[in-house]
Amino acid sequence: MYERIREKLSILADAAKYDVSCSSSGSDRKNTGKGIGDTGSGICHTYTEDGRCVSLLKILLTNFCIYDCAFCVSRRSNDIRRAAFTVEEVVSLTMNFYRRNYIEGLFLSSGIFKDADYTMERMLRIVKKLRLEENYNGYIHLKTIPGASEALVTEAGLYADRMSINLEMPTEQGLQLLAPEKSHEEVKRELAVIRDQAVAYNSERKLIKTTPKFVPAGQSTQMVIGATPESDKDIMHTAQAFYKHYALKRVYYSGYIPISNDSRMPAVGTRPPLIRENRLYQTDWLMRFYDFDVAELLNDEHPNLDMDMDPKLAWALRNPHIFPVDINTADYKLIIRVPGIGIRSAQKIIAARKFGKLHIHQLKKMGIAYNRAQYFIRCADSPFLLREPDPSQLKALLLRQSTSKYRTTAPEQLTLF
Amino acid sequence: MLTDDLPIYIFDGTFYGLLTAIFESYERKHPRIQLCCRETYAPEFFSGHIDIHSDKVKAQRVWRGLQQKVASVHLGHFYKAFFSEQAAIHLALFRYARYIFDHPAGHDFNYGHEDVLAIAQMSQRVHREKHRMEAFVRFKKSGNGLFFAVISPDYNVLPLISKHFRNRYADQPWLIYDERRKYGIHYDLHALHEVTIDFTQEQAMTAQTAVIIDAQEELYTQLWKDYFRSTNIAERRNMKLHIQHVPRRYWRYLTEKEGKL
Ligand code: SF4
Repeated sequence: MYERIREKLSILADAAKYDVSCSSSGSDRKNTGKGIGDTGSGICHTYTEDGRCVSLLKILLTNFCIYDCAFCVSRRSNDIRRAAFTVEEVVSLTMNFYRRNYIEGLFLSSGIFKDADYTMERMLRIVKKLRLEENYNGYIHLKTIPGASEALVTEAGLYADRMSINLEMPTEQGLQLLAPEKSHEEVKRELAVIRDQAVAYNSERKLIKTTPKFVPAGQSTQMVIGATPESDKDIMHTAQAFYKHYALKRVYYSGYIPISNDSRMPAVGTRPPLIRENRLYQTDWLMRFYDFDVAELLNDEHPNLDMDMDPKLAWALRNPHIFPVDINTADYKLIIRVPGIGIRSAQKIIAARKFGKLHIHQLKKMGIAYNRAQYFIRCADSPFLLREPDPSQLKALLLRQSTSKYRTTAPEQLTLF
Repeated sequence: MLTDDLPIYIFDGTFYGLLTAIFESYERKHPRIQLCCRETYAPEFFSGHIDIHSDKVKAQRVWRGLQQKVASVHLGHFYKAFFSEQAAIHLALFRYARYIFDHPAGHDFNYGHEDVLAIAQMSQRVHREKHRMEAFVRFKKSGNGLFFAVISPDYNVLPLISKHFRNRYADQPWLIYDERRKYGIHYDLHALHEVTIDFTQEQAMTAQTAVIIDAQEELYTQLWKDYFRSTNIAERRNMKLHIQHVPRRYWRYLTEKEGKL
C-alpha cells in the first residue's frame, strides 16, 4: 500500500511537471465556517533544484492516454510505466499536504483515459469532494480535457479557481505537425466556453449577490517553445491575440525538453532553450505591465528577441530618439520604459519628485539599476555630456557591464529589469 | 556628527515604548535625541539619560496621530519595520514620526527623504521574511492532533504571520515556535496564545525524537520528499537559483531538505 502510493505519486508527478504554470494567486476564496484553507496572493512553498516555484501539488490523474501527441511523454506510443490515482487518493494527498503547509493547493491534469468525458467526470468528482465534503477552500487549478462536454466543463468551473487548456504549439501548423489529432480551434472553443460563462456569472452576481464564483482566478494557457520552428514574433503575436480575445490571466512558455527520438523535433540531449524562454517571459511582462504593444518589440524587421540583452534594453537601443528621459518631468509611462527602472521605483519617483527635484544619490537609493539607467535619463545633477554615446557604443558598453544574471534565471522568479 | 550632547532616551524596546518616546520628545521639546534599548544600554558610557516608561495612553495618541497623517500602507510600513529588530531602525522610526508630525500631511510619500525611504525599504525586507515564513512553515502532526512547526526567521515575524495561519488552518490546532526568540504562537481552535516553552521541550521538538508523531506522519513526510524530487526537471538543474530562493539557513526547517545539509 505504502509503496504503491509512492510509486503512483512519482509517476504522475513526473508526467505533470512539464506544465509550467505554478501560479496560485488571483483568487480570494475565504475560509468560511471554520473549514480549511483560503486563497490570496499566492505563495511559493519551496523551489525545486531547477529553481522553479512549487506552489501546488501538480499531478496527473492518470498518464494513460488515447492520444499520441509527439511532444508529450504520456503519448500512447511511448513505452513508459502507467498509473492512475483513485478519486480518494488525490483528495487525501491534497488534504494531507495542505494541512502541513506544503502547498497552496492542487493542480490537476490528466491524460485522456477512455474518452474526454469519462476523464473530465472523474476530475469533477475530485474537486467536488474537496469543496463539498472536506470543506476545502485552498486553490484548485484544473486542466480542461480537450473535447469534454460543455456541461461538465461548466460545472467544474464552479469549484475550480483557475482552469486552463494548452495551445501546446504556438501556431496551428506547428500543432498539426506534431499532434494532428488536436487543433487550436478546439482550444479556442473551450476557452470561449469558460470566458462566456464567467461573464454570465459575473453579471448575474451584480443582481444576485449569492451567485457562486465561476473560475475566479481566470484562465491560462501554455505554449511549448522550440519544438517547432516558430519565430519569437509568431509566439508573442499568438500570445497577444489570446490575451485579448479570451481574457487570459497568463500565457506560459515552456522551453521544450527533448523526450523522444522523433526526427521532427530537437534530438534528446539538446539543451532546452532556457534563455529564449526567459526573454519571452520578459516580453510578456512588458506587454502586460509596461504598456508595450507586441509590435514595438517584435516585428518583421526584428522577428526574434536579442539573446544578449533583455527586450526593454534592446527596444531602448533601437529607439535612441526617445531618450534621455527627464526623471523630474517625464510621464510615468515613459519612465517605466527606461532600462533599469521597474514599476516600483517608477512609482516612488513620481511620488517623491513632488517634494523637490531628484538627484542621482536619491535615485540610487530608491533601487533603480543606475549603472544601466544612467545612459537613458537626466535628473537634477546629471553630468553634462558634450556628445551622447551612440547606440552601438552603448550596447557594447552595457554588455560588458552586465553580469551573467540573465543567463541563469528561470522565468517565474527572475528579476525582470 | 556631534551626537554627544543630544538627550539620551532609554526605552524598553517595545512598540509602545517607542511611541511613548516620540510622545515625550514633544513634551520635553527634544526634536533630536539618542535612543537606546534598556537591555543593551551600557550606562558607564553616558552620563544622564531619560527613562521612558511605556505608557499605553501616550502611545495610542501617537499612533492615532500617525494614522491621521499617513496613508494606511505607510502605517503598515511603520509597524512592520519595527519588527526588523535592527538597532538603527528605532531611531529611524523616531525621526520618521517627527518628520511626519512636523510637516503637512502627504510627506509620507517623499521617498527622496532618507528616513521615509529607509522605513519603506526595511518594511519591505520584513515583509519578505513574513512571506517566506508563510511559505516555509512545515507542520508535523503529533499523536494528539497538534500540528507543530519550528522556525528561526531573520526578523521577528511571528506576530505578523499568525493571522494568516489562523485564517487558513481554522479547523486544526497548531503551534509555531520561533527557536531563535524562544516563544511560539499556539492556536487551540478558538484563539491565539503566546507560549514560551522550556528548554528541554524545545530540544525535543527540534530533535523530533521525544514527541509522539502521528502514525501517518512518516508516510506524508516521505510522499512530500518523493514529490519534491519527481516534480524537478533534471535537464533544467540550476542550483544557484534554487539556493537563491531557498537559502541554506532555512534547510534545517524544511521537510523536503531533510538530510541535505
Ligand atoms: S492528449 Fe495530453 S496527455 Fe495525451 S498525449 Fe496529448 S498532450 Fe499528452
